[in-house]
Amino acid sequence: MSDKDFPPPVKYLDDRLGIGKIGRKNLRKVFPDHWSFMLGEIALYSFIILILTGVFLTFWFKPSMAEVEYQGSYSLLKGLHMSEAYASTLDISFDIRGGLLMRQIHHWAAVLFIAAMMVHLLRIFFTGAFRKPRELNWVIGFTMLFLGIIEGFIGYGLPDDLLSGTGLRITQGMIQASPVIGTYMSFFIFGGEFPGDEFVSRFFTVHVLLIPGLILALVTVHLFLVVYHKHTQYAGPGRTNNNVVGYPLWPVYTAKAGGFFFVVFGITALMGALMQINPVWLYGPYNPAEVTAGSQPDWYMGWLEGSVRIMPGIESSFWGITLSWNLIIPALLVPPAFVTLVALYPFIEAWITGDKREHHLLDRPRNMPTRTGIGAAFITFYGLLWVGGGNDLIATHFGLSLNSVTWFLRFAVFLGPILAFWITRRIAISLQRADNERILHGLETGIIVRSPDGAYSEKHTPISDYEAYELTARDRILPLETGPETDDNGVRAPRRALKKLRSKLSQFYYADAVQKPTREEVQEAHEHSHDADEIHELGETETYREVTSDRS
Amino acid sequence: MNDDKLPVKAEEGHGAVEVAEPIADPGIEPHEYRITDIDPKAADRVERQVAAMFGLAGLLALGSCVAYFAIPRYAELAFGPLTGNANNLVLGLCLGLALFLIGAGAIQWAKKLMVDEEISEERHDAHSTTAQKAEITEAFNQGVEESGFTRRKLIRRSLLGAMGLLGLPAIVLLRDLGPLPGRKLYSTIWAQGIRVVNDVTLRPIKPSDLVVGQLVNAAPANLAPLQEESGVEYQNAKAKAAVIVVRIKPSEIRTPAGRENWGIDGILCYSKICTHVGCPISLYEQTTHHVLCPCHQSTFDLADGAKVVFGPAARPLPQLPLAVDSEGYLIAQSDFTEPVGPSFFERG
Repeated sequence: MSDKDFPPPVKYLDDRLGIGKIGRKNLRKVFPDHWSFMLGEIALYSFIILILTGVFLTFWFKPSMAEVEYQGSYSLLKGLHMSEAYASTLDISFDIRGGLLMRQIHHWAAVLFIAAMMVHLLRIFFTGAFRKPRELNWVIGFTMLFLGIIEGFIGYGLPDDLLSGTGLRITQGMIQASPVIGTYMSFFIFGGEFPGDEFVSRFFTVHVLLIPGLILALVTVHLFLVVYHKHTQYAGPGRTNNNVVGYPLWPVYTAKAGGFFFVVFGITALMGALMQINPVWLYGPYNPAEVTAGSQPDWYMGWLEGSVRIMPGIESSFWGITLSWNLIIPALLVPPAFVTLVALYPFIEAWITGDKREHHLLDRPRNMPTRTGIGAAFITFYGLLWVGGGNDLIATHFGLSLNSVTWFLRFAVFLGPILAFWITRRIAISLQRADNERILHGLETGIIVRSPDGAYSEKHTPISDYEAYELTARDRILPLETGPETDDNGVRAPRRALKKLRSKLSQFYYADAVQKPTREEVQEAHEHSHDADEIHELGETETYREVTSDRS
Repeated sequence: MNDDKLPVKAEEGHGAVEVAEPIADPGIEPHEYRITDIDPKAADRVERQVAAMFGLAGLLALGSCVAYFAIPRYAELAFGPLTGNANNLVLGLCLGLALFLIGAGAIQWAKKLMVDEEISEERHDAHSTTAQKAEITEAFNQGVEESGFTRRKLIRRSLLGAMGLLGLPAIVLLRDLGPLPGRKLYSTIWAQGIRVVNDVTLRPIKPSDLVVGQLVNAAPANLAPLQEESGVEYQNAKAKAAVIVVRIKPSEIRTPAGRENWGIDGILCYSKICTHVGCPISLYEQTTHHVLCPCHQSTFDLADGAKVVFGPAARPLPQLPLAVDSEGYLIAQSDFTEPVGPSFFERG
């Protein structure tokens, strides 16, 4: 052991903060390498970009609904009465150098932030990365997605232009239609009747302080847990449930992840420079008596919009009260039910499968056909609602009847997910079979052999041990049994109905899944091919190598 | 090695089954060296690439500052697909490329030059060890014991009660966020004798100004003066009082019972605020007399009491009873007879 001390500045910090101890544990921390692990990074980086550009915007944005006469440089609106919020947004767009750039980076980064979170969530879902011990991190991540959507919606409500005002009007209408407390909530949020002159300053505080603060706290916990649990990895040779194989944080991931931040920032900056987004000056100031045809919210609000659009107009009035089912169902019941189901999915699946082990190896989606099917059903449901949010544009662009599009969607949101579930599940099972085929019989070589008695057959060549291991490195899972009805003493088992339900669901989850072959089956298949394969040496040709490299 | 990763033992309750693994874990694949590991020339070439990217990024960062000052603030650029404010565009391009190149250079460096041998690190269970559990449980219990938290019920209950009650002021303090709704949603600024004016020109409307098939966006004559007094009252009033005035061939109109005197020669006036969530409806189709709300496509038949013919709205648009004053201009007979805009719980 050398008694060499840290260089002075590091020593200074180490003496006070103990950074040496932190570094010792983390500098060479291993992260596995896979493109799908970058999705969460994109979300994190866009959040940082949002904070940076957002701070810039606050220097000039005036969160006030006081009425002013616009005298800025955009001549088409000169002399118009508008709120200070809208006027200052125009100033940022036209009179502050770099202002439009920052506004557009901010908006693009917001759109990207939510998209990245959502795709990241799908990756986690389809690979089963939410399983123990990461269920709580799933809930934290989901909460951030939820907060991000609200944050985005409030953010594009701030400029107080015609489009954002329309979005707020719709939201206000939904709040007002809520049972019992609707009008009170609306009056409290907007400080009286809609539109009032309060919401921009209130929403501003929520947008720049409250929600970003919450997200920042949650991001910190989220990342801490990623470090504590260590990153999941895909199964493969040498990659077990008890290790993590990849590159060290210092230097490889410092450079790769750090570099990736600049790539994401660079691309959003280029988008901000080249691609116009939310040109508020074209919409004009908010006017509660005007609206633009073809109004569309930001993409992540589309599914809620669609949910409201395709709902038939049902309302009941009795005993002096009105229940607006046309809003209660699509805005107050369905979306919360949907997000709750997604947020609780890890716990639901764990209960059904009865699996209490820690999982650090990711599933290939095909190896969990039912989960993959459920994911596809969720995506289809979400996607159809999203399509519903643009039913007018779909009708006009494709020359369809708006009413037919809406009626189609009214049925499709129920049937589509079922169909998607079934098709996806069958595809996953077929892919499992194909994998087994590959393990047992190897690859098709394209070489046709004629046997002495005249029969033609195609030669197969076995896949490499590495690949065969990768394909078989997964659980062999059977459905749960209900267990005996009574124990040895004839006492009825407790909670039997619940156990029955669970066993049925477990059956549904696993019964049709294809099990990987056993050791004996693999041996038998290989011996069989050896016996029949007199030109086995051909397997070592160039063709063989090229074919094996294709693992899809 | 191969048994590491799969069910070690089937714990109670889960369905994983133990069968011998079909293929033994062959261990991490042998490392493949890159051209840059073997050929110093290739490595030097990559070094130059990375340095070039970093260098260019630096120049572009400087370039963005030059652009900021050198390009006039309001200069317009129209160069092929590049159109817009020149300052903004060049600034953005320089900054974006500079950022991107720093990132691309760092990633190239990591991928091509940094050692890329995969290493393996052991994982540990998330939970504490048995010894740790015992230790922490003891420490916790000691604290509970020393404080007497469980023994001294009076302290515990009064503390929990007080903490719970603190939730009340947290809610009560928000009371002044807004006034109570009262009857505000039930009325608009329309009243008997208020003239119907065009919402842009503010001119009062005579029946003869409207031809059959025409639709005019209108407002009450007492709206515009409000703007001088208070912007917010004006906006709030406008959000409820906006109307559409339409002239339909009388023979095509089906008048709901009790509204026989609400129109003037086929001129009808309806609230412009959608009964769904309050967007101003705005798309009129003459031949069918339908108006469509662009927000959620609720469609109302103006010739049939503005009944909903399609979409998520559940109620017809409220109708404003019209009359003609002594000078021949359209006026309201009264305010709307029901609340306008989106439904609400206590609406009845």
